[in-house]
Amino acid sequence: MDSTTIIAVASIVTAGLTIALGSIGPALGEGRAVATALSSLAQQPDAGSTITRTLFVGLAMIESIAIYCFVVSMILLFANPFWNHVIAQTAGK
Amino acid sequence: MRLSPDDIIFWRHGFLKLNGTIVFTWALMFVLAAGSKLVTRKLSTDLERSPWQNLLEIVVTGIEKQIVDVGLRNPQKYIGFLGTIFLFIALASLCTIIPGYEPPTGSLSTTAALALCVFVAVPFFGIEEQGLVGYLKSYTEPTVIMLPFNIISELSRTLALAVRLFGNMMSGTMIIAILLTITPFVFPIAMSALGLLTGMVQAYIFSILAGVYIAAATRGRKSKTEPKQSLTA
Repeated sequence: MDSTTIIAVASIVTAGLTIALGSIGPALGEGRAVATALSSLAQQPDAGSTITRTLFVGLAMIESIAIYCFVVSMILLFANPFWNHVIAQTAGK
Repeated sequence: MRLSPDDIIFWRHGFLKLNGTIVFTWALMFVLAAGSKLVTRKLSTDLERSPWQNLLEIVVTGIEKQIVDVGLRNPQKYIGFLGTIFLFIALASLCTIIPGYEPPTGSLSTTAALALCVFVAVPFFGIEEQGLVGYLKSYTEPTVIMLPFNIISELSRTLALAVRLFGNMMSGTMIIAILLTITPFVFPIAMSALGLLTGMVQAYIFSILAGVYIAAATRGRKSKTEPKQSLTA
């Protein structure tokens, strides 16, 4: 395998692994957060607006971890700096 | 595939180029500024008022209420900053229903600029509220050992603000673009409806987080001084 193939394979596999492994944690965290918010909503419906607002902010914070993984995998797939470097070198030859 | 509206280039002259991000940002700024100028041209205080004035009043009082809920006491002072950020991001994602438009918040340059505004505004409001020494002291709370971590968190949350908004907006347009190639007709509509919801939530999150950061910077020491006052009184 030449270096171009190695870079392509490594980028694609890493992009898949990034989004796959990176979404496990946020998914578990969001599930826990929503479950806790629902049970506290059932106990105290009066505090509904506060709980919902805090839940939304918290969910966005948790979800941003998954979004970081998504951004990294998108960069690996569509704007890969190593790939662009190799392509530029082979074009320059 | 296009990652961001930076790659749409309308006009180029030498090293100057006019890309989609700049054009759409200025269009949004024009719509916001001209719209609010037109609506506030003839305001009325009696019972008869135009529907547009009603709309703006609902928006402004709604934002004010949210700012108070975050913990900032006089919302009039902060609504200029937080409200503008909210309205800009909300309109940027709401306009995605217009064909040919791409949200400028889907470019990392725009979101980084917005996050840098928050990064500058937090110490600005903090120093204004509790003085330079008082604000700098808030970095050494609860102990001096926390000083480097407080500085790191200041930087990392700016990065997080920028990347969160960029990632959400970019993923919205990206998913629609991918779905258009797989299932062309119906499914992208559902995803763009979801994209509208995500855009609104992200606008809310961004401005609420900016408000929370400003609130933390402005009342840093009050929680400590208030019990003391009650003790002496």
